[in-house]
Amino acid sequence: MSGAPDLRAAVAIAGAALSDMGSVPVGTTPAGLMAQASRRALAQCGLAPADVDGVFAASTQLPWASVTLAEELGIAPRYGDSTQVGGSSPIAHLNHARAAITAGLCDVALIAYGSTQRLVGRAVASVQEIDRYEAPHRPMLPLAAYALAASRHMHEFGTTPEQLAEVAVSARRWAQAWDGTPAAWATKDLTVEDVLAAPRLCDPLGVKDCCLVTDGGAAVVVVSRERARDLLGTSACEVLVLGVGETQAHRHVSSMPDLVRTTAVDSGAAAFAEARLGPQDVQVAQLYDAFTITPIVFLEDLGFCAKGEGGPFVQSGAIAPGGSLPVNTTGGGLSFQHPGMNGLPLLVEGVRQIREVGRDVSLVHANGGVWSSQCTVVLGSGAAA
Amino acid sequence: MEDATREPAPDATWDAYARRRELAYQVTSDGTPVFRPRVGAAVAWAISRGRGTVYATTTVRPRGAEPYDLTLVELDEGFRMMSHVVGVAPEDVRIGQRVVLEWEDREGEDAVPVPVFRLDEDAS
Repeated sequence: MSGAPDLRAAVAIAGAALSDMGSVPVGTTPAGLMAQASRRALAQCGLAPADVDGVFAASTQLPWASVTLAEELGIAPRYGDSTQVGGSSPIAHLNHARAAITAGLCDVALIAYGSTQRLVGRAVASVQEIDRYEAPHRPMLPLAAYALAASRHMHEFGTTPEQLAEVAVSARRWAQAWDGTPAAWATKDLTVEDVLAAPRLCDPLGVKDCCLVTDGGAAVVVVSRERARDLLGTSACEVLVLGVGETQAHRHVSSMPDLVRTTAVDSGAAAFAEARLGPQDVQVAQLYDAFTITPIVFLEDLGFCAKGEGGPFVQSGAIAPGGSLPVNTTGGGLSFQHPGMNGLPLLVEGVRQIREVGRDVSLVHANGGVWSSQCTVVLGSGAAA
Repeated sequence: MEDATREPAPDATWDAYARRRELAYQVTSDGTPVFRPRVGAAVAWAISRGRGTVYATTTVRPRGAEPYDLTLVELDEGFRMMSHVVGVAPEDVRIGQRVVLEWEDREGEDAVPVPVFRLDEDAS
């Protein structure tokens, strides 16, 4: 947009951490997991909760998420944002935090997420809104929305159940290679045949096409690039926000104009344009894998392959360990952990890829609702800036 | 108290049509069909002829219960809605099939009939 300030590399991620994940003890709360991850992320850059003056949080269990988190941390920030756009909320928060920091509304932005959905049950943790035009037909949401899109993708492009299954197999191989903390949830060997033989839930998707149901939380600390250098030292590996794209479209899948094209087309294009980079520059990607169909569509919409080529792309082994584009390098929501809304754990991994693996350009794309909100961020090292 | 200047909620208008077994949709000033009904989005209501095409479909398989169909139907007037196809096994519903509107009554005094579809036997 002409006249808009250039925010490329204006802010950095100075801390990024996961909370305990998997199956948490009785009594654990979503805010507690947020606080645990927050303290870990802040400690990475020598900060404490009292240094935070901007709080950004969302959880299906906490409508007042940022307010609840501030209380849990014992702080009274001057800026807060509980934007709820589903699993992509944390990337939207990152966009908002960047705007707030560059506008002088806060200096240290904390973005956090937490869920105890496994502990309390999904029906309690993630209450679905009842829609009068959809509910009479008993859509099993959100799963059914993704199954409908998969049916359409198969019809238009010839995508096969085997190609969908390949996404789950790739995720499992990444989870088996993961040696970090917390441990990956699902590490048993998994084949395409296993995925196809698993009980069906919403054709063409079966149990193994669906993300895990685990507890967990995450947090990242966002500050100006200069502040990050002050906190971490000039020799530390920088993790810069080079470009962000935030979109939201429909709330209901029946209102989605085209079931095989999402607004990831727009969020990706915006993030790449701002970063002055393209898909060919991306060395590693985290693509929200709520279901096996979602990374296939995002590979297409973000420009990693042509529309309709997502199935053959994953079948070629491109996204698996050893492939040309490492995707979901922890095992993602399908095999590592999926605590309800998975955008922030994906972002933490995108940061880790730069800080610890030595990548220069790391993309994170998150999806919310029923393909409802699409948000993309391109992270870069100092070298990429 | 009644306020004559207050516009009825679009959902209430849609329900009134549905009780007469008419599938209503809104139309904008340039003739674009709108569904779901929205406040301030349209200048007029129109009634669908009730013929359309399966746009996307899945068989839902709830644990311990019978599988059932869930379908997005593209009406010939150019709008799309969620529904389900009756009178056929859910696995036999396919994208591209022609379908015809039917109404399914629901229990309850104020219940609004639900628009569902059956395969169009006349379609080749």
